[in-house]
Amino acid sequence: MQALYAQLLVGLINGSFYALLSLGLAVIFGMLNIINFAHGALYMMGAFVAYFLLNLAGINYWLALLIAPIVVGIFGMILERTMLQWLTGLDHLYGLLLTFGIALVVQGVFQNYFGSSGMPYAIPDELKGGMNLGFMFLPVYRGWVVIFSLVVCLATWFLIEKTRLGAYLRAATENPTLVRAFGINVPRMITLTYGLGVGLAALAGVLSAPINQVRPLMGADLIIVVFAVVVIGGMGSIMGSIITGFALGVIEGLTKYFYPEASNTVVFVLMVLVLLVKPTGLTGRAA
Amino acid sequence: MTVVTDDTLPVTTRAMRDEMIVFAAMAALLVIVPWSGIYPFFVMQALCFALLACAFNLLIGYGGLLSFGHAMFLGTAGYCSGHALKVWGLPPELGIIVGVAAAFVLSVVTGYISIRRQGIYFAMITLALSQLLYFIYLQVPFTHGEDGIQGIPQDHLFGIFDLSKPTVLYYVVLLGFLGGFLLIYRIINSPFGEVLKSIRENEQRAISLGYRTDQYKLLAFILSGTLAGFAGSLKVFVAQNASLTDVHWSMSGEIVLMTLVGGLGTIFGPVVGAFVIIAMQQYLASFGQWVTVIQGGIFVICVLTFRRGVIGEIAHYFRRSL
Repeated sequence: MQALYAQLLVGLINGSFYALLSLGLAVIFGMLNIINFAHGALYMMGAFVAYFLLNLAGINYWLALLIAPIVVGIFGMILERTMLQWLTGLDHLYGLLLTFGIALVVQGVFQNYFGSSGMPYAIPDELKGGMNLGFMFLPVYRGWVVIFSLVVCLATWFLIEKTRLGAYLRAATENPTLVRAFGINVPRMITLTYGLGVGLAALAGVLSAPINQVRPLMGADLIIVVFAVVVIGGMGSIMGSIITGFALGVIEGLTKYFYPEASNTVVFVLMVLVLLVKPTGLTGRAA
Repeated sequence: MTVVTDDTLPVTTRAMRDEMIVFAAMAALLVIVPWSGIYPFFVMQALCFALLACAFNLLIGYGGLLSFGHAMFLGTAGYCSGHALKVWGLPPELGIIVGVAAAFVLSVVTGYISIRRQGIYFAMITLALSQLLYFIYLQVPFTHGEDGIQGIPQDHLFGIFDLSKPTVLYYVVLLGFLGGFLLIYRIINSPFGEVLKSIRENEQRAISLGYRTDQYKLLAFILSGTLAGFAGSLKVFVAQNASLTDVHWSMSGEIVLMTLVGGLGTIFGPVVGAFVIIAMQQYLASFGQWVTVIQGGIFVICVLTFRRGVIGEIAHYFRRSL
């Protein structure tokens, strides 16, 4: 039973990353009409920024949690201003190809300097150790990752669905020309949206650094799983992305316990099943 | 769904004649390679990738479907041919058939699943399917995991042609490439190809004209996947191994890159692109990971400034379709 709970926890943690990443992908797709293939590379950059902050500047985890998303977010906004914005009006596929190229460049540069092996990032003192919940032993850091991710996801949902800024954003997703006519600077909103989506990816990167180590290719395989999550959940709803992300993480965790051989593939198999039964994805809007 | 540029001229006799002249020149150049002092292994490898890129281009350039998982056909055909040749001891011609048949079956299954969604989702689904296959091949015993199938024999094709002789092998690969290329050319210019192009331009209108577009897309996917498998089977004789590299997503990315560099939706573009990329990998091999960075850079530059690709730009300049 202990092992089952442990795998469930691992599943919830992976689910947190799926949720944070697919949330960012959905927000970016809504505004930019681009599937951001560089999302995994930017997730990796988030972890590396935290690593540099700690080892070069002695800046701790808590500040890294704030600084890394901002640094990577600014990097993302520069990418959007210098490259992505020129793709407006072209077929979606060019956005995918461009961001794939960016991902190759970013991952290649990091691989050159850091090889393929992982570098450890220590769990902050405040979150070390664990507590006994009676039915299982919970490492504090892992519990923190799940709860904090959930809070960030819900905050993002609140920002987009319940605030005035979010209303502008949703309106601009539906009809950018009309929103511009009301005097709102839509290009700046697009840039900020990309920065926000990318910042969420970087935040996931910082959270995962103490668990999964800091590796140049840590995001490369993850992004493909997240794509499958996005296909399953659809990109129509923010809450849909969050729920699908966590749910698939849990299913993956359960698979690790009951049939470990399939744990790598279960998300892809589920994607196939969903496509066969309900091709538009679970949250349903046709693209 | 206009992925390709505006120069989709109707296939006139003049265009046909141009294309035939270029094809003859290309074939003539390739025939004299063994006497030119160029390393034949390099050209054979490039020819396999050229055929692969042409097969991929059939889907994106004429069907408007971007597959980000075409490495799965390359790898599957490679593994199956390699296994048939090495473990079952089948002769080369049967080994190729086994590989192509495997790619055919795979393309029927994956095509049926992936054509349910269009555009960006199609790309993500094909990528996810190929990753699924990657993990399966990592675990099943017959692929030998990380090692791959090594030392695949180069036997006598049809009992006559000794494939262990580089020159013989070269001409067999060249013949396979030219045959595949002509088949793709024929498909593009057939009534089926015309319907495919109309689906690329405006699927709704094609549906309203009474075409069952899903069936056309599925058939295009199967043709593309099976031909990609044929390229994979040929590559087994050249490389004499089949490994996980061939199924990896980075290989799918390379196939896309080759086609993009040469020109999406051009007939000769993928061939040029394959030679450019393979040559680049050959010459820059000593730079290690920088090759990935350079490839990524080429992606970025191509998408931002050079969307027609090499052949696309030339064709646009001369106002011809190539």
